[in-house]
Amino acid sequence: MKRFWIHALRALSLASAVAVLAALIGPALADGDPLYRDLGEKDGIATIAKYTTANFLADPRIKATFDNTNMERFEKLLADQFCVVAGGPCEYKGRSMKDAHKALGLDNADFNAVVEDLQDALDKAGVPFATQNRFLARLAPMQHDVVTK
Amino acid sequence: MRSFAAAAVFAASLLAVLPARADDAGTLLDKGWGLFDAGKLLATGGVSNVEGAGGGGLSTWALITGYGTRDGVGLDAHYTYVGLSDYNLQSVGVAVGIMDRVELSYAWQAFDTQSTGAALGLGKGFTFHQNIVGLKVKLWGDAVYDQDAWWPQLAAGLQYKSNDRGAVIAFVGGKSSDGVDFYLSGTKLFLAQSLLVNATVRATRANQFGILGFGGDRNDGYTAQFEGSAAYLFSRKFALGAEYRTKPDNLSIAKEENAFDVFAAYFFTKNVSATLAYVNLGNIVLHDNQQGVYLSLQAGL
Repeated sequence: MKRFWIHALRALSLASAVAVLAALIGPALADGDPLYRDLGEKDGIATIAKYTTANFLADPRIKATFDNTNMERFEKLLADQFCVVAGGPCEYKGRSMKDAHKALGLDNADFNAVVEDLQDALDKAGVPFATQNRFLARLAPMQHDVVTK
Repeated sequence: MRSFAAAAVFAASLLAVLPARADDAGTLLDKGWGLFDAGKLLATGGVSNVEGAGGGGLSTWALITGYGTRDGVGLDAHYTYVGLSDYNLQSVGVAVGIMDRVELSYAWQAFDTQSTGAALGLGKGFTFHQNIVGLKVKLWGDAVYDQDAWWPQLAAGLQYKSNDRGAVIAFVGGKSSDGVDFYLSGTKLFLAQSLLVNATVRATRANQFGILGFGGDRNDGYTAQFEGSAAYLFSRKFALGAEYRTKPDNLSIAKEENAFDVFAAYFFTKNVSATLAYVNLGNIVLHDNQQGVYLSLQAGL
């Protein structure tokens, strides 16, 4: 038991040393939000928005949702929103998620279809899985506003 | 029998806390095959654990099994083989997840004592069988969507276990051949870290998961046991993780120890997944360090 505590203490002190080091070095290295940089900044995010929009329109589960949508404008707004969510220097001028979705009656299966289409787009854009998840973690709570059914 | 009654009361009170979605219940039946909406994200239904509940391998998680969303239903079946140094365990079962809220599960386990059965005078290949019926109700939160909150998805559940070897169980000091486990489970996906973490507290009298009955000469009451697991997601299809599960030590004939495993889970599709693990269950009557391979296949709608 005593040995366990010695190991635990050692592991803890090592972990805190790493954390302190990361806290000191991290901000010095990061220029703005690292996620924005890791998604390829403005160009990378524009590509992701383009692939995502194409996937939405090709997805039989959700494509009807966009029947009356100007997709050129949608893609531009999507890129702006992705950029803002990633912490980039952009402005999103579209409606709030709540307003934009309240009349659509989307359910969780629809929301998850959107997630899968976005994941496919991120794969296609060559974004590593761990980076994808950092991005998705910021988008996931939108479920509360998007899903009304 | 008393444990069965306790289980029924607990089950009824769990179901009573269900929020009413009566408006949907009517339309739910009109969906037909569409009820199996397969609308959850890959891997977010977990796999079938050794007791048939949605979880990992050894531990039960708060996730509701299958891929049905809160507007649908998910159904799955599993086969699990655990090959230990001196014993083997097989489990087959089915489970249904209803509206991502309620999980019902059934598993049938066969624990083969192989040559140890002969050493104990039971006969070579003497096998314990156990039926496990499980109920789980999601109480709070969503492990996936609530990325802006600190709380996990919480679920409470019970497992009624009934063993067919009452005489042998009594002989080794066990008090009953059936019993009920009650548990509270919290599961959280730390998505930004690609990490799934689970903690479960289980009130149980089970000896070796119930294989050796319930309660014992050393202790006959319920004790609180802990199950913890963590899994790192390498892709949408592949996760590596480890689990730890404590067990009671109710029988004086042998020292029951805690269990752990290190697992790899691969989700081929929402219909098929496989789990491969190294598992160590510690001492099981006469034999120390019972370790080996855990292989589980799951298929579902």
